[in-house]
Amino acid sequence: MFDSILIANRGEIACRIITTARRLGIRSVAVYSEADTDSLHVQLADEALLVGPAPAGDSYLRADRLIAAAQRSGVQAIHPGYGFLAENADFARSCENARITFIGPPACAIDAMGDKARAKQLMASAGVPLVPGYHGEDQDPDLLLQEADKIGYPLLLKASAGGGGKGMRVVESKEEFLTALAAARREAMSAFGDQRMLLERYLRQPRHVEIQVFADSQGNVLHLFERDCSVQRRHQKVIEEAPAPGMSEKLRQQMSAAAIAAARAINYVGAGTVEFLLGSDDSFYFMEMNTRLQVEHPVTEMITGQDLVEWQLLVASGQPLPCSQNQLQISGHAIEVRLYAEDPQRDFLPASGTLKHWLLPEPTPRVRIDSGVQQGDRIGIHYDPLLAKLIVHAEDRPSALQRLRRALDGMEVVGLTCNRDFLRRVCDNPTFSSGEFDTGFIDRNQKTLLAPPPPISDEQLALTALYLLLQRRQQARQAALSSSEPDSPWHSTTGWRLNSDNHHRLLLRNEDQQHSIMLHYRPHGFLVELPGGNIEASGELCDDGSLRAIINGHRCRARVLQNGLDLTLLHNGFTHTLQLDDPLYSVLDLQAGTGSLNAPMPGKIIAIHTSPGNKVEAGTPLLTLEAMKMEHTINAPLEGIVSEIHFQTGQMVEEGVELISIVSEGG
Amino acid sequence: MSVLKSQLKPGSEEFKQNAANLATQVEDLRSKVDQIKLGGDDKARQKHVDRGKLLPRERIRQLLDVGSPFLELSQFAAYKVYDSQVPAAGLITGIGRIEGRECMLVVNDATVKGGTYFPLTVKKHLRAQEIAVQNRLPCIYLVDSGGAFLPKQDEVFPDRDHFGRIFYNQAQMSAQGIPQIAVVMGSCTAGGAYVPAMADESIIVKQQGTIFLGGPPLVKAATGEVVSAEQLGGADTHCRTSGVTDHYAENDPHALALTRRIVSNLNYAKRPDISLRDSREPLYDPAEIYGLIPRDTRKPFDVREVIARLVDGSEFDEFKQLYGTTLICGFAHLHGIPVGIVANNGILFSESALKGTHFIQLCSQRGIPLLFLQNITGFMVGSKYEAGGIAKDGAKMVTAVACAKVPKLTLLIGGSFGAGNYGMCGRAYSPRLMFMWPNARISVMGGEQAASVLAQVRRDGIEARGKSWSEQEEEQFKAPIRDQYEHQGHPYYASARLWDDGIIDPADSRMVLGLSLSATLNAPIEPTTFGVFRM
Repeated sequence: MFDSILIANRGEIACRIITTARRLGIRSVAVYSEADTDSLHVQLADEALLVGPAPAGDSYLRADRLIAAAQRSGVQAIHPGYGFLAENADFARSCENARITFIGPPACAIDAMGDKARAKQLMASAGVPLVPGYHGEDQDPDLLLQEADKIGYPLLLKASAGGGGKGMRVVESKEEFLTALAAARREAMSAFGDQRMLLERYLRQPRHVEIQVFADSQGNVLHLFERDCSVQRRHQKVIEEAPAPGMSEKLRQQMSAAAIAAARAINYVGAGTVEFLLGSDDSFYFMEMNTRLQVEHPVTEMITGQDLVEWQLLVASGQPLPCSQNQLQISGHAIEVRLYAEDPQRDFLPASGTLKHWLLPEPTPRVRIDSGVQQGDRIGIHYDPLLAKLIVHAEDRPSALQRLRRALDGMEVVGLTCNRDFLRRVCDNPTFSSGEFDTGFIDRNQKTLLAPPPPISDEQLALTALYLLLQRRQQARQAALSSSEPDSPWHSTTGWRLNSDNHHRLLLRNEDQQHSIMLHYRPHGFLVELPGGNIEASGELCDDGSLRAIINGHRCRARVLQNGLDLTLLHNGFTHTLQLDDPLYSVLDLQAGTGSLNAPMPGKIIAIHTSPGNKVEAGTPLLTLEAMKMEHTINAPLEGIVSEIHFQTGQMVEEGVELISIVSEGG
Repeated sequence: MSVLKSQLKPGSEEFKQNAANLATQVEDLRSKVDQIKLGGDDKARQKHVDRGKLLPRERIRQLLDVGSPFLELSQFAAYKVYDSQVPAAGLITGIGRIEGRECMLVVNDATVKGGTYFPLTVKKHLRAQEIAVQNRLPCIYLVDSGGAFLPKQDEVFPDRDHFGRIFYNQAQMSAQGIPQIAVVMGSCTAGGAYVPAMADESIIVKQQGTIFLGGPPLVKAATGEVVSAEQLGGADTHCRTSGVTDHYAENDPHALALTRRIVSNLNYAKRPDISLRDSREPLYDPAEIYGLIPRDTRKPFDVREVIARLVDGSEFDEFKQLYGTTLICGFAHLHGIPVGIVANNGILFSESALKGTHFIQLCSQRGIPLLFLQNITGFMVGSKYEAGGIAKDGAKMVTAVACAKVPKLTLLIGGSFGAGNYGMCGRAYSPRLMFMWPNARISVMGGEQAASVLAQVRRDGIEARGKSWSEQEEEQFKAPIRDQYEHQGHPYYASARLWDDGIIDPADSRMVLGLSLSATLNAPIEPTTFGVFRM
């Protein structure tokens, strides 16, 4: 076994590898870019080396620097994690040349699977089922029609040079074929300048099921069962589970046999994943083989009780697999969700921001969190926006799902847009719960999964208002303690009034809505007046900053985070953002607008910095006046367009005369 | 520390009836206050709000620290005094906290007669300033007033304690370093223009506030110049050109936020020169006071029962417990602040007066604030007592009370009659703050007493002429006198005329006194020099 390794990666996977290395007593060396100086993986590792600036191309993808770092730190092996250089055969070779073990398959195996066309040929000869199709050079329409008939309908027409759905058509029947072919060709021609077409069997509602395989250098190959990764958005996995729902033992055996055959066909060593498309009729077809550790490997670890990273280290150090096929068993059910910094409402586009608040559920043997970020981290645009993986394990799928819901509810993310609420909704979706979903699940359920978040409820407004007043109470208590008169009744925050009751009005905004909330002070809390009626609210702030509240007799928990005027409410698995109204806020605008366009004193114009028709912003220098041996620059007091300049350079002006006219755009 | 042990039986029938009786009075008090707090009528308030202005009490709420108390003063000012209703005399005053700093708020209510100054409005404004001077509280004037109520100009304008005194006080306070801050949220005409003009810092609200010595009609009449109110004295004129105001506010909430900002920059730290303790609640529920006040005002009650429900931990260290027992004196703490309590427990005798004098001297010597709990029918009368020199002993106590420079607070918990009122720090003796319970009564003597005295004089006259006066005739003579005394001695009548600073719910006494006492600590406690005590 190695005594030290370098992890050529970042984020959660780097942290996850360090965890196993630490358990095994292996010294771990991290690498980092300039953007990751304070990242978790750097903090966790025994040592860390800077490998370049933030862009991955200048750091995590720089094989030369990584190998130099490995040499400098004297490690015996490099773990590439996933992504970056994990499936780069050249990097594997460079490691070999530098006499550093690459913890992964041999370079030739990476090559074999890296070339998709060659991989398919290899698989076909190994007897691994491939999607029936025609990939020939002969593009005669009649021939294509014949091939189509052979493949059967529905089938998929794809541009050979294609991508992004251009030149792609689903053909439902023979009658449609020629028309569809012509249209697809036209599209392909204009998009790629190449009208060649491939034909493939179109699988309706397929599932994505993959088999985890492992091979050692002694020639042993085994599988660690399957994972179902059908829940995908933008062709990327978000939820994975093991075992696959509804998987029969027979099918499992067929698929794992095919996967092992695939691995053997390329003399595979290490951890690999053979991905299949699974039709509703239990037919399955090889898609590709990933020659690395997968993001979703933890679900396999959960159901088998094995540590795949440990296996990788064993195999890479030349040892045999730690167990045999018949020693492996599926125990229970595991589900993983990927928490991404992304906006599901905007087609899952990556989001960036600072993790102002980051609270994860307490890890247990049944709830695992693999994360590489921590509160305060800035999540930028340079790397994969994966924040964390949440993996749960239970006796069966329904209990696992229930555990997942609870765990997601305990997950709090503020500061950037993430897909937590989306994941939570998936958990509540009946199709997902039933286990009868396929790769089209998200697309088909967009309406419910991507519905705008429910509007903030009265109860939630009451919670927010309650929080604000309790927070004020806490601040007042602290101020009292540090004052010269800590017990003065003037510190009280019960809204006391002589001979009458009192209330407090709060103005909160969320996007286009304004909420006016009236809180009546009551001996043990507040009566909150809201559009839907009155709510009795009381509670206290806990030490961890969360709010323990009683709303109309219902005890519940929530959290409100405040950043300036911005408030974020976390309650019942939903996140709502609100804004406090602050009358002083407008002062800023006002101050910007108090400048004058008149000469502040008599003087000579020595420079004009703008010309009529120019668009100016508040603060833009317009002209410079010399008076009393000093230069005075006149700045635009507001945004607008310069309509007229009344003087020229060199002219003398009297105090108070208008120098320039600006027409404000707002009118 | 000695702990008072209550003898009160909260389960007793007597207690329940007493409690119900006082509860009715407090309910009446609260419902009247609710009415007063509305200010002007619906129409006037709607008009005010429609102009984009906040109602005065909302202004106060937004000005004060969130949830902090507001010790409002003279809620009943002008109550049933004038031909028409002038709720709170059209002016809200009180002590409240802004940025952790106790301030005196003086807030015009433009929904009441346009915020004009009636005689009692002036009196209330001046009283607020007086409290501010004595306790060194920054003054915040939220100005929205049409100036003097012209029909009563003779009672508002010319005298020493009339309108002009407001500005005199501003100048005096500013000279003493007591901040004067004006926020112009409405009109501020003629003399009123001096409120912002004499302030240390002033704010004006755009398109709401106007300041001018003479308004557009007067200008037109005087010089023929035609000018709009906004041009003549609006925010732009005064912030950009005249410099009469310092800060330009977009609207009411902005103006109030700016006011808070100004207060936050006052660079003041309250440093009470007094030995404070941790505050503790009394052992007995202050609400039980309801049950210990007899329904019949002539019936005595043990004032220690009241003290046990006011002070920290019900702890009270009595002074001269065995001497002059009709006056209770002793040391206690209220919200952690030491206080010397002087409380009536019967008629004042020479011994009681001497004990009181001694105790007031002690407190003045030690810089301990004094709290007077008044329930006094007067000094003992009769030849024995006159010969014993009760007049000079009473005079000693009056001298001591008058001269004591420590903060004095007075609470009327029962009767306040005759010279007893003087010795127990009545209004004339300048208590920093003075409050009444709804069951209290104040007059030169009790109604029954006055009726009897007058009846005796009349009977003597009739009988001297050899005529007779029947019991029935005497009763007919006495009834209206009793009624007049009852009417004029009632807290509503008293408070309407600012003979006190407000009527309070007895259950709130601890809070009100605590706030008051703490507010007084903003001013240093001065050493006392006493006048000549007649020996």
